[in-house]
Amino acid sequence: MPMTITEKILAFHCGRKEVSPGELINAKVDVVLANDITAPISIKEFRKAGARKVFDRTRIVLVPDHFTPNKDIQSAEQSKLLREFAGEHGLTNYFEVGRMGIEHALLPEQGLAVSGDVIIGADSHTCTYGGLGAFATGVGSTDVAAAMITGEIWFKVPESIKFVYYGKLGKWVSGKDLILHTIGDIGVDGALYKAMEFTGETIDGMDMSGRLTMANMAIEAGGKNGIIAPDDITKDYESGRARRRPKFYKSDRKAVYTEVREYDCSKLEPQVACPHLPENTKGVSELSHINIHQSVVGSCTNGRIEDLRVAAKVLKGRKVHPDVRMIIIPATQAIYKQAMKEGLFNIFIDAQAAVSTPTCGPCLGGHMGILAKGERAIATTNRNFVGRMGHPESEVYLANPAIAAASAVLGRIGSPDELK
Amino acid sequence: MKLKGKAWKFGADIDTDAIIPARYLNTSEPSELAKHCMEDSKQPDFIKRMGKGDIILADKNFGCGSSREHAPIAIKAAGVSCVVAKTFARIFYRNSFNMGLPIFECPEAVDGISQGDQIEVDAEKGIIKNLTTNKTYRAAPIPPFMQELIAAGGLMEWVKKKAA
Repeated sequence: MPMTITEKILAFHCGRKEVSPGELINAKVDVVLANDITAPISIKEFRKAGARKVFDRTRIVLVPDHFTPNKDIQSAEQSKLLREFAGEHGLTNYFEVGRMGIEHALLPEQGLAVSGDVIIGADSHTCTYGGLGAFATGVGSTDVAAAMITGEIWFKVPESIKFVYYGKLGKWVSGKDLILHTIGDIGVDGALYKAMEFTGETIDGMDMSGRLTMANMAIEAGGKNGIIAPDDITKDYESGRARRRPKFYKSDRKAVYTEVREYDCSKLEPQVACPHLPENTKGVSELSHINIHQSVVGSCTNGRIEDLRVAAKVLKGRKVHPDVRMIIIPATQAIYKQAMKEGLFNIFIDAQAAVSTPTCGPCLGGHMGILAKGERAIATTNRNFVGRMGHPESEVYLANPAIAAASAVLGRIGSPDELK
Repeated sequence: MKLKGKAWKFGADIDTDAIIPARYLNTSEPSELAKHCMEDSKQPDFIKRMGKGDIILADKNFGCGSSREHAPIAIKAAGVSCVVAKTFARIFYRNSFNMGLPIFECPEAVDGISQGDQIEVDAEKGIIKNLTTNKTYRAAPIPPFMQELIAAGGLMEWVKKKAA
């Protein structure tokens, strides 16, 4: 029976030759992930169940990244729970402040997530690792508690939708724009319960950073996972990095999809998702009347070195508009160091932007850039729900790093092409 | 089990930030989370006005967004007896079964029931009765595995039973 890449990975992890959509399986997991918000509930459930041992101390990854460096006493208590649990069970992948990064940027970078894996995380953006050709999906804290004990999780094998992208991307157009455009097309539940398989020549030519960005936002269309078949670009990225042997799967030519959608990307302009849903996308040129108070470059979606380079390219020799606060957050310590080495911080600071240590921070309205009532931000993050970055009457527009940087200089939403 | 309460109606794509805003996630204490249940929705005073046993009815894709289990925890701890929606977002659906918040998919009930109507839900049979209008609706059947989870008392109990 022909299978999709998602079906093949799931079949392997439940020890079967084949699986089909709708089947309920128990799959072995390669990595179980949780953060400072979700792990406390998992740890409580783990203890409540009377469990003494985790299934494998090398495969549980705990990353305090949401409210860290601890923003208040309660957050500090939550982080402490993680630290103690990691110590108690000798977890080899607990990432303390100073060593940590935003989880979904950190795991691929550290080679902890590899092609062919099944990865679950108590964070909805766990789907990011699909960019490497892994099956990765967000689950709840109780799921993580159970998997920490058993090393397994139940799944319904999802149906797949195939997305085919073709055409050369314009100068300021990136993976972020393709995924925003796709969500705008199918809606925030357009891929509900389904696997989103991203294919086509545009993806073939896309770097790993863009692929991870696309898979990252599969959840914003309701998807169970986003996935891109690994290739030479994946191989190069993983070489010298992968802590386990990557396994490359690809969909059979006759694999079954519920739907195939094609996009000509050659004429696509940078996309912006307007409040308060990621599906409210428009071309950047339609929004030049929208003034902004804050611009954020960072997050698990767009906080990688490639994103910072784009922002620096736009900001070089320019100044952030007097009415705008610009906040730049490298996603991991390694990215931070690399950006420093490349002189990007000089460009950011000369442009009068603030540079922060890695944290999810403002993306979910945690800290490091919360909006007041009536304020408006443009951000390279992934959600623009009501109150997402602060006051329930504040607004978030989602965009790529080039647009976020250009808008910071203009004081309104706009493209780098509009800068003098 | 019969669940009984007043209907509270919400729209489509109610996200987890509307159910429990992230600014309150520096704790996982159910009673604390309950205080802010639905605070960023269009009915911010829901928690002040609702009564124990009341039922949330929502349009499509309820619980979209974050994986935070704090969302079903906040709803359950607030005293909501169940949620009926046209569809649920995937992780919210999973979380609800795992931690024991009864949820039902029934587009007809959502369209047919008005805010404030008195509702009775037969949880085992998935029958939703509008006591105000005397109309009855049938929810989509709960998949057998989910019924197994419910019967065991949630995922952790199911895991314990399996390991035993």
